[in-house]
Amino acid sequence: MELFRSVNVDWLGKKWYFLGFSLIFSVAGLISMGVHWAHIGSPVPLGVDFRGGTQIQVQFTQKPDIDKIRQAMDAAGIRDSSIQNIRNVDQASSDDVLISLPEQTNEAALDTGRQQIVDALQAHYNNPFTVRNVQVVGPTVGKQLEKQATLATLYSMAGMLVYLWFRFQLIYGVAAVVACFHDTLITVGAFALTSQEISLTVIAAILTLVGYSMNDTIVVFDRIRENLRLSRREALPDVVNRSINQTLSRTVLTSGLTFVTVLSLYVFGGQVLKGFSFALVIGILIGTYSSIAVAAPMLVAWQEWRSKSGKNAVLPAAKRSRV
Amino acid sequence: MKKNLNGRIALIVAVLVIFVYGIFGVPAGLSGKALLESITKRIHLGLDLRGGAHLILQVVVSEAVSAETDSAVGRIQQAMKTANLAFSQVIKPDPTKPEVIRIEGTQPNQANDIRSLLDAKYSNEYDVAGGSNNSYAVTMKPMVEQALQKKTVQQAIETIRDRVDSLGVSEPVIQEYGLGENQILVELPGIEDLDRVKSIIQSTARLEIHPVIGGPYQDEQAALASVSGTLPPDQEIVHGSGALANGSDADSVYVLQRVPVVAGSDFRSADPGTSDNGLRDVRFTLTNEAGDRFYEYTSANVGHAMAVVLGGRVREVANIKSAIRDSGEIEGSFSADEVEILSKMLRTGALPASLNYLEDRTVGASLGADSIKEGVTAAVVGVLLVMAFMLFYYRGSGINADLALFLNLVILLGFMGFSGATLTLPGIAGVILTIGMGVDSNVLIFERIREEVRAGKVPSAAVDQGFAHAWTTIFDTHVTTIVSAGILFLFGTGPVKGFAVTLTFGLAANLFTAVYVSRVIFEAHLNKMKPGQLVSI
Repeated sequence: MELFRSVNVDWLGKKWYFLGFSLIFSVAGLISMGVHWAHIGSPVPLGVDFRGGTQIQVQFTQKPDIDKIRQAMDAAGIRDSSIQNIRNVDQASSDDVLISLPEQTNEAALDTGRQQIVDALQAHYNNPFTVRNVQVVGPTVGKQLEKQATLATLYSMAGMLVYLWFRFQLIYGVAAVVACFHDTLITVGAFALTSQEISLTVIAAILTLVGYSMNDTIVVFDRIRENLRLSRREALPDVVNRSINQTLSRTVLTSGLTFVTVLSLYVFGGQVLKGFSFALVIGILIGTYSSIAVAAPMLVAWQEWRSKSGKNAVLPAAKRSRV
Repeated sequence: MKKNLNGRIALIVAVLVIFVYGIFGVPAGLSGKALLESITKRIHLGLDLRGGAHLILQVVVSEAVSAETDSAVGRIQQAMKTANLAFSQVIKPDPTKPEVIRIEGTQPNQANDIRSLLDAKYSNEYDVAGGSNNSYAVTMKPMVEQALQKKTVQQAIETIRDRVDSLGVSEPVIQEYGLGENQILVELPGIEDLDRVKSIIQSTARLEIHPVIGGPYQDEQAALASVSGTLPPDQEIVHGSGALANGSDADSVYVLQRVPVVAGSDFRSADPGTSDNGLRDVRFTLTNEAGDRFYEYTSANVGHAMAVVLGGRVREVANIKSAIRDSGEIEGSFSADEVEILSKMLRTGALPASLNYLEDRTVGASLGADSIKEGVTAAVVGVLLVMAFMLFYYRGSGINADLALFLNLVILLGFMGFSGATLTLPGIAGVILTIGMGVDSNVLIFERIREEVRAGKVPSAAVDQGFAHAWTTIFDTHVTTIVSAGILFLFGTGPVKGFAVTLTFGLAANLFTAVYVSRVIFEAHLNKMKPGQLVSI
């Protein structure tokens, strides 16, 4: 069976549609991030890793009643607690509840919150429970993790840029990195739009999808490079279109297969990995899209800009040296 | 032209066997249960799958520095008194800077003597500076301070390790954490009751010496009987090993005074030694302030017994022979071992500085088990979907891809078994991602082969060209992903590290299976093909 026997789509001709599509999602994401920033002081809801504080996951034997839990907290004098029911994949509410307390600046008293919550539930809410998961993060560690996450992202991008510069030419590297930024922006925007938390594992997923998007872009660029070497007279837009069409089969199949595995993770992988798998699901779709819709047109646009401004085109179809 | 593939096939089989061994070791049997047991022995599970506690502690090293300078203050005062040098006070002016000592109110005409005294005794570890207004600043040298901080952290790690051992935790992790900020990482698999752990780590570290009111008794009833049935509020009943009193296995019970004479941070050091009459003993030193207290107590209680209590249990009972100030000996009929242990307990029994908790994550075992179940389900579903699709889309060559995928997983899990790397929940996700990205290589090759076939090449040439052209792309894509996984490994915490590890191992294995193994399978198939037959792809 073969899906894409002879495709001949003019991808570059559709670049304005692509630009519009990307703009809509980017802007929607940015607006949502702005709204979040106004409300909670950060563009996306932050997980315990970054905002610090206490977060306890409690499983009740009977279906939990959020109001009663809040009453129990109040009765024990615990202010600022946030209580949330954890939903299953099918959006039904489970027996698990997430209770969070904000960050303690006094590190000597870091752990008291957990004990207070457990005591409050035992004393004021008649529903036996087990504690499934506890995370207490102090401000020192929170800052360390933030720093680590930022450094990891920056080093990743820089590493990619250097590698592509080395294997191809600078403009390829720049186009690929711009595509990656685009992917990251839209993925983070998706988190803002759905009000999901970003934790360290989500950052790991985002870095992975950056790598994945880079992969995808490289496949197309490889083909462009090969075709440029073979046919010296064709105009660049035509070469790029042909390259995309030739690799379309592989691109769709691979993304499809990787998407299927990641979707399986999202559906079956449980609640702990929810944010992680969500980031990958969105990221793989967008990463594939960006290689065709962002990276390739950027390459062509760059050349057109250079030839318009009279400079020597870096990627002329007629140039014979190595590309 | 048929190629001789026997060597290559042998290599592949050998690889398969080696990595299957990596996963299972040598299993006790072939039943599902036995296999599961052997896997869990070889592959380490992270805390998020096993359940357990992860703590990051901050050692408040300034306390250790402060204790050191406190004793220096005492010694300077003593030395200056002995040398008849006048001063108004020796203090530590700034509580946030425990490394600075100031001598104030000195006489200008004694400046030289003061200088030479300070230089003689303290210039190794302190910088002496003559300040204005007849004062001197004695500051601990930065290198000395740093060495003291490191030693404090190491001591704290030792102490915590002792405490944790008493909990019977299997495979605890206690090590320095982070980049030189005096932090300690403690990971305790299987621990769910964190409060008990914390109280053991923090407070049990206290070593105390209590006056003995009565004992040893056979059991608590006998002890109570000695105080006429009710225990006065200022006394407590403490158990100790029966071996101390009469060599029996059962506990002995003592009645001790509740408030200790000296405790915890009052001890500065302890070493094994020999007493004057040739018996082994333990020599300890107390801090100055504790020494005064101890002197008062011991001079008033010669001939009485005191008990060394560690971890809420009586460890040794000793008789007070004479007044003891800040250094003394604990005598008893100790064996060489016991003396060593007692010294160690006296040394490590006291935490050198207090510990603050910076981070605390506990995963309950039930959540861990759920995570394993969910992760494995997702992986199995993912693998089956991919395998089914490859068969459907690429027909005969799909079998090729599926075999390569299967071998990929075996090598990946075998790597994990051999290297002792930890499998975390994101690690399972990494395995799932490897499946998707790994099959990408096969897709690249197969698409290329289809193109070549469509362009009219014969099967063997098409296969050749397919592999040749796809190789550069496969290599590029794998390298970039491995690089980003490497960065994740460097900057990530435990679970994320696990993800980076499985992704890297999986992609590295994929370079072997998708290219080498697939090629061999194709060649084997080509060898068997009749002329004119087409590749099933």
